[in-house]
Amino acid sequence: MEKEGKMVTIYVMGKKHRVPAGLTIMKAMEYAGYQLRRGVGCRGGFCGACATLYRVKGSYKLQAALACQKVVEDGMYIVQIPFTPAEKKLYDIEKIRPTPNVFVEHFPEITRCLSCNTCTKACPQDLMVMDYVQAALRGDIEKVVELSFDCIACGLCAIRCPAEIVPYQVAQLARRLYSKYILGLSEEVEKRVAEVEEGKFDEELEQLKRLPPEELRKRYESREIRV
Amino acid sequence: MELPRWNCCGTVHALAKDDVMHHLAPVRVLLRVEETVEAGLVDEPRVVTLCAMCYNTLKRANHLYRNDSDKRRVIESIMEKESRPYGGKAEVIHLLELLKELGWEKVAKRVEKPLEGLKIAPYYGCLLLRPRGFGVDDPEEPRIMENLLEALGAEVVDIPFKSRCCGAYHTVFMKEEAAELSYKILRQASEMGADVVALSCPLCMFNMADRQGLIGRLFRDFKGIPVLYFTQLMALAFGLEEEAHLDENNPDPRPLLRERGLWR
Repeated sequence: MEKEGKMVTIYVMGKKHRVPAGLTIMKAMEYAGYQLRRGVGCRGGFCGACATLYRVKGSYKLQAALACQKVVEDGMYIVQIPFTPAEKKLYDIEKIRPTPNVFVEHFPEITRCLSCNTCTKACPQDLMVMDYVQAALRGDIEKVVELSFDCIACGLCAIRCPAEIVPYQVAQLARRLYSKYILGLSEEVEKRVAEVEEGKFDEELEQLKRLPPEELRKRYESREIRV
Repeated sequence: MELPRWNCCGTVHALAKDDVMHHLAPVRVLLRVEETVEAGLVDEPRVVTLCAMCYNTLKRANHLYRNDSDKRRVIESIMEKESRPYGGKAEVIHLLELLKELGWEKVAKRVEKPLEGLKIAPYYGCLLLRPRGFGVDDPEEPRIMENLLEALGAEVVDIPFKSRCCGAYHTVFMKEEAAELSYKILRQASEMGADVVALSCPLCMFNMADRQGLIGRLFRDFKGIPVLYFTQLMALAFGLEEEAHLDENNPDPRPLLRERGLWR
């Protein structure tokens, strides 16, 4: 048994658990005995699967986080939101164009935005969500792309929006339009795809397949990382 | 310069006593004005609007924020994630006020193609003038748009309905009623000999210009009259034809302007 000082109390969907301080919400839940099947993904803050809402005892504020990133606090009431109910708007990217009204046509509810900033407060990626919804409202595709680039579509903004907007879908439309019509095809990618198809890397891949695990690990650990 | 960061003001000033939510948007814009000064991008915390609705909404929210300490506290608590609370220092002015401040003689000096022979009825509508104390000019006897149009060389046609409501947002669910209000204003302008109507507000523009098809179907005697933003008339007079974007107006004002020798 660990020392009492290192433990905190959390409430998972109302059930009280004592868990070691310093764990992430996700690890704390697993420590408490939950076997996670939904609401868990990459465990590294990239996939957006572990959206979580919580309140800390004594505060009226409902807060949002990713379970794999947020460290537990004493008196935390937790519920996971593994799925965001949102209608998937359908459009054919070949047929629509990057016009100023494209967002309002597909997501008319964005005109209900009051700039309350609740979406921004909810974003675990610290994106300026409200600002990109506003940019969408005025048809500024590039701004939406710039402000939403790190979106992981966890859905927390959509859960919290009092105007019932689904911001991440708006941002996705912006990025699709931007890459298709504004940025255009990337020469480098085209070239590399052609190389792959020609079989340029086949031999190297075959060699890798034949390597013993220890050698693979050695190569992985000493790989060159370019930023 | 354009504010580096801004959001929609909400377009309507919320009058319900307990409605604080709708004041967040304009207050946030006013905070951005102060932030722009702090960033050293502009010297004064002054924001200029072209739109009558932005003007009215921002100005009234500013007044409320400065004078209603209870609401101010609530707004501040909701805006906790901002860099800091809004300091109440921003000033909201309309482009017409800025032009007046620069002086009509200065405006007149910029005119390259005077709008000679063009009879223009200035239309203020509601939000440029009302309520008293929040308008660009005296709500009963405004002169500011008249002064501008005269500086541009045009002939001003003063219509009694210049501050009547165009129907505003009734155009959404009661479009026939809104069309009737706009029809009365436009008919008066025509009857008093105006060639075109000048205005500032995009909602007035929609009701009085884009809705002319509906007006024509409802009122058989309606002949149609071009409606332009005062800024388009400025562009025309300053010799900036492309910047006037006259191709976006409906009805098209160019045939009439051509007749008057003001369009190629």
